[in-house]
Amino acid sequence: MIPIKKIFILLLFPLGLFAQAADELEALMGDQEPSTVYVNNAFKSSRVINGHSMEMIGEGVLDFRILHRFGLVKNGLKDLFGLDQASMRMGFDYGITKDLTIGIGRSTIQKELDGFIKYRIIQQQRGKKDIPVSLILIAGSTIRTSTFTNPAFDAFENRMGYYYQAIVGRKLNDKFTLQLAPTYVHRNLVETAADKNGMLALGIGGRAKVSKRTAIVLDTHPILYGARSNYNKLPLSIGVDIETGGHVFQLHLSNARGMNEKAFIAETLQDWGKGEFQFGFNLSRVFTVKKNTSTSF
Amino acid sequence: MKKYILLFLILSISVSLSAQKYFTKTAKVSFYSSAPLENIEATNNAVGILLNAESGDLNFSLLIKSFVFEKKLMQEHFNENYLESDKFPKAKFQGKITNLSEVNFTKDGKYTIEVSGDLSIHGETNRIKEPAVILIKNGKPSVGASFSVLLSDYKIKIPSAVRDKISKDVKIIISGSLKEL
Repeated sequence: MIPIKKIFILLLFPLGLFAQAADELEALMGDQEPSTVYVNNAFKSSRVINGHSMEMIGEGVLDFRILHRFGLVKNGLKDLFGLDQASMRMGFDYGITKDLTIGIGRSTIQKELDGFIKYRIIQQQRGKKDIPVSLILIAGSTIRTSTFTNPAFDAFENRMGYYYQAIVGRKLNDKFTLQLAPTYVHRNLVETAADKNGMLALGIGGRAKVSKRTAIVLDTHPILYGARSNYNKLPLSIGVDIETGGHVFQLHLSNARGMNEKAFIAETLQDWGKGEFQFGFNLSRVFTVKKNTSTSF
Repeated sequence: MKKYILLFLILSISVSLSAQKYFTKTAKVSFYSSAPLENIEATNNAVGILLNAESGDLNFSLLIKSFVFEKKLMQEHFNENYLESDKFPKAKFQGKITNLSEVNFTKDGKYTIEVSGDLSIHGETNRIKEPAVILIKNGKPSVGASFSVLLSDYKIKIPSAVRDKISKDVKIIISGSLKEL
């Protein structure tokens, strides 16, 4: 006689096979995760506040940027805390590839044009290769188009400035990002013989995400070499990023009036210590020029 | 008597071991959101479907990051803010064809089926029951289905700032041609 227990176990055998359908599907699918996971969204936009961030804007994407810097907050209520005065920069950035961006802009201060090329050599990633940081190189130049008060200086080369920057940045986790950006700024024309044409600064940028769509950002560029003491001041900005749909709004307080690298690094004369800071906002609106067809960027 | 019991056991095991299964890992899932200010759509072409013709088990699996949007920023927001795909990388369906007896996998034709099972998205699971279609052509089955899901059922939150850009319910369309496993 065949034992009842064995019959029972044998009859249950087919049921065991059916219950594993879901696991079987996963086994058949294999490891679907892409072999390389690129780290994105270290910052919500391609700038920290003034300086470039380690984020690129993506292939075929046009980023329209409007920056406003108001008057000093300490001007008080009669000036609506500085809101009555505004200088601005309007610019366009375009992503040629996911690692290459070009941009142009014009600031009302000195009616200065600026243009740059930004190239990401390495992107922070994990998977096949674990790369802990992103490395980006930027080269830009500025052209002042406003009239010189002293016509003796009015020569084209005196209008130009240049900057070169390397950004090393890491998205530490979902909430925190930190980047360092050694920068060299060269101005063909400086204020006095005592000023140096070239300055070396170390940009420091950080982000702390406080909710899914908002973050606090810090942007500063201490000058390591080339500053005239008691004249050039440390540019420091602190702000809040708010992201909605295709826009990123950023409200900040800063002592840096300039909106391109040469202006905010080499020409910040306002002193936080003396309460010489102002409100500003950055508005970034992204347009899709080339339709995306890829799952990774 | 012994012999009949033995024969019965052998037959039941052998039938289940040779259960006809159909599989693909390139099925397509698209979803559509239609709202006053914006239409959103995306497609995933790397969807896995497993169909057991014997038991009626029907399973789907897909990677959220494989959805492609025309606008890269939308794709980023979808993954980072809405579906949180780093936390919940996959969406799955585990269910059964409830009217399996009405489908003849050996006869070409179009069969309307009822599918019932658990749909898991964004870490939330809900039981759903929807009609679908199996098309048998040259002995090979294709599966197609179209149904809506409520985003709130899967705890996918729409912030009030973009309320008019994303609809509360999203239409999902699935299609795939399966091969014998």
